Amino acid sequence: MRMVTRAATPAARRNAALLSAKKELVKNWDLYLFMLVPICFVVVFNYGPMYGAQIAFKKFMISKGILGSPWVGLTNFQRFFKTYTSLNAVRNTIIISLYSLAAGFPIPILLALALSHSPFPRFKKIIQMITYAPYFISVVVMCGMIIQFLKPRTGVVNILLGLIGVESVNFMAEPTWFTSIYVWTGVWQGMGWGSIIYLAALSGVSPELHESAVIDGASILQRMRHIDLPGIAPVISIQLILSAGGMLNVGFEKVYLLQNSINVNYSEVIQSLVYKIGLKSSGTPDFSYATAVGLMTSAANLVILLTTNTVLKKMNQQTLI
Amino acid sequence: MRAGNTAGDNVFIGLTTALLVMIGILVLYPLVYVLSASFSSPEALMAARVTLWPVEVTLDGYRAVFSTNRILMGYSYTLLYMAVGTVIGVVMNLVAAYPLSRPDFKGRNAIMALFAFTMFFSGGMIPGYLLIRDLRIMNTMWALTLPGAVNVWNIIVIRTFYQTNISIELLEAAQIDGCGNRYFFIRCVLPLSGAIIAVMGLFTAVGYWNSYMSALLYLNDSSRYPLQLVLREILIQNTQSTVNSFLADAAEQDRRVKMEFLLKYGIIVVSSAPVLTLYPLAQRHFVKGVMIGSLKG
Repeated sequence: MRMVTRAATPAARRNAALLSAKKELVKNWDLYLFMLVPICFVVVFNYGPMYGAQIAFKKFMISKGILGSPWVGLTNFQRFFKTYTSLNAVRNTIIISLYSLAAGFPIPILLALALSHSPFPRFKKIIQMITYAPYFISVVVMCGMIIQFLKPRTGVVNILLGLIGVESVNFMAEPTWFTSIYVWTGVWQGMGWGSIIYLAALSGVSPELHESAVIDGASILQRMRHIDLPGIAPVISIQLILSAGGMLNVGFEKVYLLQNSINVNYSEVIQSLVYKIGLKSSGTPDFSYATAVGLMTSAANLVILLTTNTVLKKMNQQTLI
Repeated sequence: MRAGNTAGDNVFIGLTTALLVMIGILVLYPLVYVLSASFSSPEALMAARVTLWPVEVTLDGYRAVFSTNRILMGYSYTLLYMAVGTVIGVVMNLVAAYPLSRPDFKGRNAIMALFAFTMFFSGGMIPGYLLIRDLRIMNTMWALTLPGAVNVWNIIVIRTFYQTNISIELLEAAQIDGCGNRYFFIRCVLPLSGAIIAVMGLFTAVGYWNSYMSALLYLNDSSRYPLQLVLREILIQNTQSTVNSFLADAAEQDRRVKMEFLLKYGIIVVSSAPVLTLYPLAQRHFVKGVMIGSLKG
């Protein structure tokens, strides 16, 4: 009897599995109905453009459509590596994103650490409310403020510099200032908001650890270093991977608004180049070339994300994948 | 001071408090300055006499802001896009997140993978543009509201919320009573979703309020521009025809240049004040959203 059951097992198990899967399908048919529209949306609006991205390997002609246009292999990609403007855009993109990361990544962590050890709850609340506020200013208004504030002579930055006897600087007309303006205004706008996630993580660090460390005579600084930082390391790791993954997309919206004919050599990033080649050019827009550039950026972002993920995994940190 | 603080700790706390005060001032000052500048006379602004408080208080700037209906038109289109986009987005993400939160939902890992991949890879701006064109929704509000409606990040947040807040026991009890999935979702899950709907609604709405890129890409008809694109013409591009529409009264050139400077501060205030004054009321929800999101990165 025992033998028979065992012999029948694989087929029976498969049948049973199939039956239970069918049962799940039937029982939960309405859940699949729920998913139907969102899945269609993702397929159309997210995977649709991925399908359309094949024009990067084609010479796209509007009259012939995506499928009908002739293949040209890697021509568009080769062209990218041969032109000065695109290599310059790559250079600017890397400089801006590394600078942003170096300044914008640690500051929210430090802010959260300082806030979490503040013994004055009301003061802490007020500082939190103030520092979160700039997050709600739109990019356009933010850039409008930057341009107004940095005007020579009448902008508030130059008014204040004048008070301490510094000559007025026309910041927006000095291309070398562009990167710093971009990065530090970003820090101004994002540090408070960025600190929320670390504050949440810090509130999860066990208070007993702190209490016993206090009994052992550890100072606040020592406790930050040896209790808080290891406690929030998983969150830091995840945040680092996520910001690395978006590195080459550097706030294109803001770059584009702050760009002018004088700073364009320093402010042209890959995304703004794609926009100009593909949609803004005065002649015939080169959809294929612009798509190729965009596709390379997406691919490079994915590679950077995976690399960061692997490195952090090797360091035994919490990772995404 | 907390018990057990050493003398060194008190110095440290003194230093960080001073630093936090400085950060607070650095963040607040530009905001206060914009407000003060918007109430100052154009002459005082041009003479660089405004440093903190308004000088020669006047409402001229605001009169100029409301002298045409461009800002109000921008506002109403933004509200339209925001309302439609937020409703579609929140509904879509709620119904997508619920099945994905159910452990007995077969195929959820595959669907999640299909969704999650889009977070890390995209076809890019141009294929997206061609798609909108081929779908023939260019220059309509659907071009602004549909492509981003399914937001994978939000789905993950809502899913986490459901996994921690809708107990299996509740579902089992309902199923014993013969309650199907649809009714369970409508009668039990939705009433318990108030907090997450508020969070997601706020995030999505603020996103629509602030965005200008999809409108720049997909709207060619400037009469349907949302507020942010109207602002762009005035604040960034200095489009003279647009700027002049606000300053029809200021005839002579000199006066016009001064008024333009004041007008911009007024416009910044008018366009940012609603969100900045409302956000402290909703701060709790925003913070909650970030925190649920951080639970499961």
